[in-house]
Amino acid sequence: MNASDAHDLAQRPSPAAASPWAIELKGINKSFGPVRANRDIDLKVKRGTIHGIVGENGAGKSTLMSILYGFYTADSGEIRVNDKPAAITDSRHALALGIGMVHQHFMLVDNFSILENVILGAEDNALLRSSLAKARKELKRLASDYNLDVDPDAIVEDVSVGQQQRVEILKALYRGADTLILDEPTGVLTPAEADDLFRVLRTLRDQGKTVILITHKLREIMAITDAVSVMRQGHMVATLPTAETSPEQLAELMVGRRVLLRVEKGPAHPGKALLEVDNLEVEDDLGVLRVKSVSFNVRAGEIVGIAGVAGNGQSELLEAISGMRAPRQGTVRVSGAPVSFRGDNGASRLREAKLAHVPEDRQRMGLVVQFEEWENSILGYQDDATYGRGPILDINAARAEARERIRKFDIRPDNCRLKTASFSGGNQQKIVLAREMERNPDVLVVGQPTRGVDIGAIEFIHNQIVKMRDAGKAILLVSVELDEIRSLSDRILVMFDGRIVGEADPAVATEGELGLMMAGIEQKEAAE
Amino acid sequence: MSARRPLPRWADVALLPALNLLLAMIVSGIVVALIGQNPFEAVQIMAYGAFGYGEGIGYTLHFATDFVFTGLAVAVAAHAGLFNIGAEGQAYVGGLGAVLIALALDHTHWMIVLPCAIIGSALIGGVWAFIPGYLQAKRGSHVVITTIMFNFIASALMVYLLNNILKPKGVMEPSTASVTGAGKIPQLHDWIPALGYSPLNVTAFFAIAALIFVYVLIWHTKLGFAMRTMGFNPTASRYAGISNSRLIMIVMAISGALAGMVAVNECLGVQNRIVLNFTSGYGFVGIAVALMGRNHPIGIALAAVLFGALYQGGLELQFSMPAITRDMIVVIQALVILFTGAMEGLLRPGLENAFMLYRPEQKAEATARETVGTEG
Repeated sequence: MNASDAHDLAQRPSPAAASPWAIELKGINKSFGPVRANRDIDLKVKRGTIHGIVGENGAGKSTLMSILYGFYTADSGEIRVNDKPAAITDSRHALALGIGMVHQHFMLVDNFSILENVILGAEDNALLRSSLAKARKELKRLASDYNLDVDPDAIVEDVSVGQQQRVEILKALYRGADTLILDEPTGVLTPAEADDLFRVLRTLRDQGKTVILITHKLREIMAITDAVSVMRQGHMVATLPTAETSPEQLAELMVGRRVLLRVEKGPAHPGKALLEVDNLEVEDDLGVLRVKSVSFNVRAGEIVGIAGVAGNGQSELLEAISGMRAPRQGTVRVSGAPVSFRGDNGASRLREAKLAHVPEDRQRMGLVVQFEEWENSILGYQDDATYGRGPILDINAARAEARERIRKFDIRPDNCRLKTASFSGGNQQKIVLAREMERNPDVLVVGQPTRGVDIGAIEFIHNQIVKMRDAGKAILLVSVELDEIRSLSDRILVMFDGRIVGEADPAVATEGELGLMMAGIEQKEAAE
Repeated sequence: MSARRPLPRWADVALLPALNLLLAMIVSGIVVALIGQNPFEAVQIMAYGAFGYGEGIGYTLHFATDFVFTGLAVAVAAHAGLFNIGAEGQAYVGGLGAVLIALALDHTHWMIVLPCAIIGSALIGGVWAFIPGYLQAKRGSHVVITTIMFNFIASALMVYLLNNILKPKGVMEPSTASVTGAGKIPQLHDWIPALGYSPLNVTAFFAIAALIFVYVLIWHTKLGFAMRTMGFNPTASRYAGISNSRLIMIVMAISGALAGMVAVNECLGVQNRIVLNFTSGYGFVGIAVALMGRNHPIGIALAAVLFGALYQGGLELQFSMPAITRDMIVVIQALVILFTGAMEGLLRPGLENAFMLYRPEQKAEATARETVGTEG
C-alpha cells in the first residue's frame, strides 16, 4: 500500500449502516484439484460482533480467510463487504476495504521500534520524520480509544509477546481496518495475556469494529464470541449464536461424532518414586542458565504436569531428563539409579534405564520426516536385539512390528512404507507415542503431546497417557496448554524463569491461581 | 507459483541427469565449434574412443573404477550429512599404504599382496579422513574446510616423501621404487586379450564389491540407519541416543578408506609405484559422480562409467583432433562436472513445472498440500 492510501483509509467515513453485515460470503467454492477446500460456504458476519470460526486442521478455515484477505481467489461465489460486492484480489485490496489480519506468526521487524513497525509499508514519503510524528499522534488516539497501550519507542524484541500482538493489531487499525481477522491469537500467550487480548477485542467490538476469530480452543469461543461458525471438511456445518451452544456441541460439529472433552480418569495410586530430579541446573546452547536448581520427583502411577508459558526452561528441563543435554549440575535418577550424562549419547542410556521420551517437537526431534514410517518406528531403539543381533538391521522384523503398532494405535494411512512426512500431525504423533509406549517403559516423559493434533486424536492420546499411568508408570507431562495440564495431571508443578515456582492440586487450583504462578507471582503472594 | 510436486522417481534419477548431460554437451559443442572444429565429429570420436573398441572400453572401465571409489567415498559421507571434499588427498596418501605394502611383499604372490594393499590403502586413506572427522566431532571444525586443507597437506607431504625419503637412489623422478616381482597385480588383458593394453585390472572387481558393500551398509545395517538419521536430522539422531561425534568419525574413516582404494587401482594397476599427483583430480570428480548418481550405488556405477568414458574419450579426442588441446579436454570435462554436479538443480524447477503442466491434478495436489500446511 502506498502512503496516501493509508492516509485516506484512516479517515474513511464509517460504513453506511444500511446492512447489518460487515462481511457476507455466498456460495464460496475453492478447490485445489481434487481437494475441495471450501464447498458452498455461506457466512455472514454481523458488524460490531466477535465472530468465531472453529474447525479441525484442514477443515478449510484458513483457506476461507485467505480468500477474504485476498491470498486466494475463490473459484466461485460472492463476497460482499458492507453490502457492496467486492472482488478481493490481494491483501492491499482487502485493506482498502477495511479488512485487516493478525497472523499467527507475527510479521514484525524485531529490532525496529513499535512506532517504526506500525508505519512500515505505510510511510507517507521517503523521509520518515513527518510520518513518524503523525503516526505517533494516531497511535496515541488508537491507544486511548481501544485500550491498546504500548510504548511507541520500545524496541519490538524487548517487549512481551502479548505486546507484540498489540502492535500487530495496531498496525491493522492504523491502516484503517474495520474488520479484524485473528488467526489463532492465543497460542503464544499466557492466560493473563489472553485475558488482556480478550478485553481489547471486546473494546474493539464495543467501538463498532468487527472481529473474526479463528481458533481451535472452544473455551475461547465460548468466552468471547457473539456467534460461532463451525467448519468441517470444507463445509460450513453450522453458524450459531454462542449463547445457544456448548463446547460439547461444537466439538461434535467439528469432528462429526461425539467427543469427550473431559479426560476420564480415576484417582491416582502413586507408588515409589521412579524419576527423581535433584537440584538440576541446565544451560542452553548459548550458555544461558535456563533451568535453575529444579528438584522434584515423579512416582509410579501418577502424572505430574509441568505448566508454564513456553520458553521458561521446560524444553531444557525435558532435554536434560531425557539425556539429550548434560546439566551443569544436579542429578537425575531413574528407578533409583543415577543417570550418567557423559558423552553425547545420553539418550541411549536413558532408554536402557527404561525412560521413554515423547519430545516436544516431533518433527525436529522425534521423527525423521524423510524416513519411511517403519524406520521412525524403531528410531532410538535401532540397536536393540529385536531388530537383529548383529550389525545387520532385521528390516522384516522392524516392519512387522511397525504394522502391528499401526493397527494398535490406528495410525492412518496404514502403510508402514510411506514417507513419514505424508502423515498428518496427529498420526505422526501417534507414531512417536506408539514407539515410546510400546517399549513398556517405567518412566514416560511427554512434551506437548497434542500440539497441532486434531480433537479426535487428542482424545485418543490423552486416554493412552492415562492408561500408562494406570499401568503403574511414572509420567512427566510438559505442556503449554493449561487445560491439558489440568485435565491430565495428578499434581501440577508451575515453572517460571527456570524455577519450579509452585505446586498445585489440579482438583483445587483455579486457572487464575495457576496463571498467576505462570506469570512469576509466587504461590504465597498469589494466596494473599 | 511455488507449489511444486517432487518429480517422479524415474525423472529424478534418469531424465534429469540425462538432460543435464545433454546441456553440458551442447555447451561443450559450442565451445568446440568456436575453435573451428566440428562438434558432431568430436562427439563421434569421443564415443568411439570410449566404447568403440576393446582397449577403449578397458580404459573407460579403468577410469570408472577410480570414480566408483571416490564417488562412493563422497556418497557415504553425504548420507550422514557430511561433505567430504578430501577424497583427492585421501586417495593420494592411500598410495603409501598400497605401494609400501606391495614393495614389502613383492617376493610373495599377488593374491597376498592385493588384499594387504587394499587394507593398507584403505587404512591410510581412512586415517587421513578420520582426522578431519575427529576435528569436526570434537572441535567443531567443519569437515568441508578441513578436508580441503588436508588435500593440500597430503599434496605437500607426498612431495616431501617422494623427493626425500621414498625415492630410490639414482632416480631423478620423484617416485617410489617399482613393484616388479610377484606382487604385481594381474591385468584383465592377461585373460581378455581384446582389452589391448588398457590398464583395467582386478581392482575393478573390488570396486563392484565396494558398490555392494555401500548398498548394504547404508540400507541394511544399524550403522547405516544411524548414518541416515544423522544425515537427515542431527537433532533426531541425538534424540535416538546416537553419538553424533562418534558417528562422524566412523563415517569419515569409512569414506576415506573408500577413497584410499583408488591408490590400488592407480599405483598397483598402472604405475607399479607412486608417482607425483597420480590421483589427477579423481577425488574431485567423485563429488560430481556422487551428485549425479544420487548417492546410490547403482547411480554411482553409471555415473562413474560416464565419467570414465569422458576421460578416455577425451584422451582419444586429443589425439584425433589436434586443434583440441589437453586444455580443451579439461574444459569439456569441467563443463560436464559443472552441469551434472554443481548446477545439478538448474533444470529441476523447470522440469517440475513441465511435469505439472501435463498432469494438472498433480499441481492441484501440490497446491493443496501447501495450503493445508499453512492451516492453523
